[in-house]
Amino acid sequence: MGTHAPILAIAVPLLGGFATPLVARISRVLRDFWVFAIALFVAVCVGFVAAQVFAHGVTVYVLGGRTPQETLAPGAFPIRIMLTVDGMSAFMGLIAGLLALVAFPFALRFIPEEEGKTLSFTLSLLLLAGIVGLAYTGDLFNFFVFLEVTSIAACGLIGFRTWTSRAPEAAFKTMLLYALSGLFFLMAVAFLYGEYGALNLAFLSRQLRGSALDRVALALFLSGLLLKVAAAPLHFWAPDAYGEAPAAKTLLLVVNTQVSLYGLWRILFTLYGGVLDAGVGWLVVAMGLLTMVVAAVMAVGQQDLGRLVAYGAVSQIGYMMLGVGVGLVTLAGRPDYALVALKGGVFHMLNDALTVGLLFLCVGAVEWVRGTRDLGELGGLGHGLPEVALFFLLASLALAGIPPLNGFASKILIYHGSFQLSPILTAVAVLASILLLAVFARAFQGVFLGPRVEVKPELPWSFLIPMIVSAVGIVVLGLVPGFFLEQVVTPAAEALWRGRHLYLAAVLGG
Amino acid sequence: MIGNLPFVVCMILVALGLWTLVAKRNLIKLVIGVGLIQNGVNLFLVALGYVRGGIPPIYTLAPAGAPMVLPTPQALTLTSIVIGVATTALMLAFAVVIYRHKGTLDARKVRELRG
Amino acid sequence: MTVVVRTITRVLFPIALAFGAYVIMHGHLTPGGGFQGGAVAASALAMVVVAFGAGSLAKRKGLLSGLESLGGVAFAALGFLGLGVTFFANVLAGAGGLFGNPVPYGPNPGDLNTAGTLPLMNWAVGFKVLAGLGAAVLLFALFGGEHDR
Repeated sequence: MGTHAPILAIAVPLLGGFATPLVARISRVLRDFWVFAIALFVAVCVGFVAAQVFAHGVTVYVLGGRTPQETLAPGAFPIRIMLTVDGMSAFMGLIAGLLALVAFPFALRFIPEEEGKTLSFTLSLLLLAGIVGLAYTGDLFNFFVFLEVTSIAACGLIGFRTWTSRAPEAAFKTMLLYALSGLFFLMAVAFLYGEYGALNLAFLSRQLRGSALDRVALALFLSGLLLKVAAAPLHFWAPDAYGEAPAAKTLLLVVNTQVSLYGLWRILFTLYGGVLDAGVGWLVVAMGLLTMVVAAVMAVGQQDLGRLVAYGAVSQIGYMMLGVGVGLVTLAGRPDYALVALKGGVFHMLNDALTVGLLFLCVGAVEWVRGTRDLGELGGLGHGLPEVALFFLLASLALAGIPPLNGFASKILIYHGSFQLSPILTAVAVLASILLLAVFARAFQGVFLGPRVEVKPELPWSFLIPMIVSAVGIVVLGLVPGFFLEQVVTPAAEALWRGRHLYLAAVLGG
Repeated sequence: MIGNLPFVVCMILVALGLWTLVAKRNLIKLVIGVGLIQNGVNLFLVALGYVRGGIPPIYTLAPAGAPMVLPTPQALTLTSIVIGVATTALMLAFAVVIYRHKGTLDARKVRELRG
Repeated sequence: MTVVVRTITRVLFPIALAFGAYVIMHGHLTPGGGFQGGAVAASALAMVVVAFGAGSLAKRKGLLSGLESLGGVAFAALGFLGLGVTFFANVLAGAGGLFGNPVPYGPNPGDLNTAGTLPLMNWAVGFKVLAGLGAAVLLFALFGGEHDR
C-alpha cells in the first residue's frame, strides 16, 4: 500500500466527499467520525509520501499503467497522467495534511446542524482532494482540472451562508475571478500543446525553446496564477472570500491559495527553468512588495475582525513571493544568498499556514461566542476567553515576525537573502511587518481588553484542541527551526533551486 | 495566413468576452462574458487538433486508410466544457441569491463589501 | 402549459431518456460517453420541468441527491478496483468477462462488449451528471423565482 500513498491521498477524500451525504442519512455521529477519519487518513498518507520522497528522491506514480513507474510508452513519450512528487510537492502536501487535521475537528462543532453541515463537509473534502491533487500532479492539464475543482469547491464554501447578503456577493466575485484565472491557465496549456504536442510537465520542460509563443504562454500562466494567489493588484477577491467563509473553512482556502503559489513556482522553476530570464523574477518581487504594503495599509481601517485577519493573510503571500522571487531573479548565477531567501520563502509557507490558521480559528471562536465580528461591538473578551486571547496574541506576534516564534525564523531568512540583492526590499518588508504588528495590536486591544463582558456558552474542547496544536506548532517551529529547516524545508527548496534535472530524470529516464 | 483564421476567430471571441466583463454591469451579463471566454478557449482547443483531410477519430465503421484528427484536444475540450457548466451554474445560483436579497442585479448597487 | 405540450412531453420523455442511455452506453465506440449522455437525459428532466412545472418533481429532490452521491462513489470505487496494479488500471479489459472482449485494431464494426471498466465508468458519470444537472434545473425552477413560492 505504500507505493499507492500519493493517489490514495487524493482519491480517498474524493470518494469520502461523495459518500458523505449517504453516510449522513444513516447517522450524524457516523458522519462526523467518517469526516474526521478521512482527514486523519489524508494526513497519514501525505506524511508517508513526504518521508519516502525526502529519503529516496522524486517519486513517480503513473495512473493506469502496468506498474506505477511505467512513465514512458514505447517511443519514449509519456502518454499517461502521472503524479510526480518531488521535495516541494511533498512539502505542500504536508501543509495540506497538517491544516486538514487542524480545520476538520474545529468544523465539527463550528457549523450548526441546520445550516447544511453535511454539504459543507462534502465541499471541504472535495477541496482537500483538489489541493493535494494540485500539489502532487505532474501533468499540466491535470493541474488545470484540479485548479478548477478547488476553485468551485472553494467558492461553494465562501458563499455557504446564503441567508446573509455579503456571502453570495463575495462568492460571485470570487467565482468570476477564479474562472477567469482557470481560463487563462487553460489557454496557456493550449498554446504549449499546440506547439509541442504534449501535456506532461517534464516532457514539455525538456522541449521548451523560449520562442515567442512560449513567452505568450508564460504571460498567460502568470496572469492566471497571480490572480489566484491574490497578488496585488489582483488581490481584491481575497479579503471578501476569507472574511465571508465560515472560519473553520477559511483555513482550507488559505491552503488553496498557497498551493496555487506552489503551482506558480512549479511553472517558473521546473517548466520554464531552462529558458527563464530575470525579468520574471523582478515582476514577482515587485508584486510581492506591492502585496505586502497594500494589504498592510488596507488592514488599518478595517472594522470587521475577519477581514482584518484576511488582509494579514494576503500580506504574508507577499513575503513568500519576495523570498522565492529573489531566487528567481538570480537563477542564472545561483548565488548562495538567494538560496537563503528561497528557503525563507518556502519555510514561510508552512509558518504562515499555522499562524494564519490559528488567527482564523480565534476569529471563529469569537464569532461563535458573541455572534458578531464587528470591532465596535466586541470588547472585554479576555476575561471570559483567556485561552483565545493568549492564542490570538501569540499568532499576531508570530505574524509580525517577533522572535522566538516561527514567523521570525522564516522572515529573518527572507530579510537576509533579499538584503544582499537590494536593501530597499528588506526595508519595505520590515516596515510592512511593523505596520501589521500595530494593526493586530489594535485588534487585540479592541476585542480582548477592556471591561469584563459575560460570555456564555463555553468553548467546546473540539475548538480548543486544534488551537492548542497550532500554538504548539508555532512555538516549536520558532524555538527549534534548525531541525525543520534541515529535514523538511531544505529538500523542498533544493528541489526548486537545483532539482530540475532530477525531476526530469525521474520521469524521462535520464 | 488563412490557416490561422480559426485561431484568430477564437482570440476575437476571448477579447469580446473580456470586453463584456469590463463594460457590462448586469450580473447575468458578466456570467455571459465568462461564457464567451470559455467558448473561445474551447474552440481554440478543438481547432488545435485539426489534421488536413482528417476524419473523426473513431474506429467504428471508419473508412480505411484516412488520416484522423487528433483526439486528445477533443477530450481536453470536453473536460473544459464540463467545468464551464459547473462554473456557470454556481455563478448563476449566487446571482439568484443576490437578487433575492437586494432586488437588483446591477453590479454597482451590490457593493456591500468595500474597502 | 397547454395540453399539446403536455402530451408531447409524456411521449418524448422516455424516448429522450432512452437516447441518453444509448449515448452513455456506446461511449467507447461512438462520440458520447458519460457527460454527454447524462446531459441529454437531463434535458429530458428539464423538458418535464418546463411542461409540468417545478412542483411535479419537487418530491424527488432526495432521490436526485442520493443518485448523484451514488454515481460519484461508483466512479471513485471503480478507480480503486485497479489498485492491485495502479489506480484507474483497466482490470476488466481483455479478461473475457463483463466488457472483457479484446479490442480489434483498426476500423471495425464496433463491439459493445469491450473496453473493460470504461463503460461502467461511463454509467457512473452518466447517472451523476443526470442527477446533478437535473437537480440544478429543478432547484432553479423551484427557488429562482421573483418571490419565494
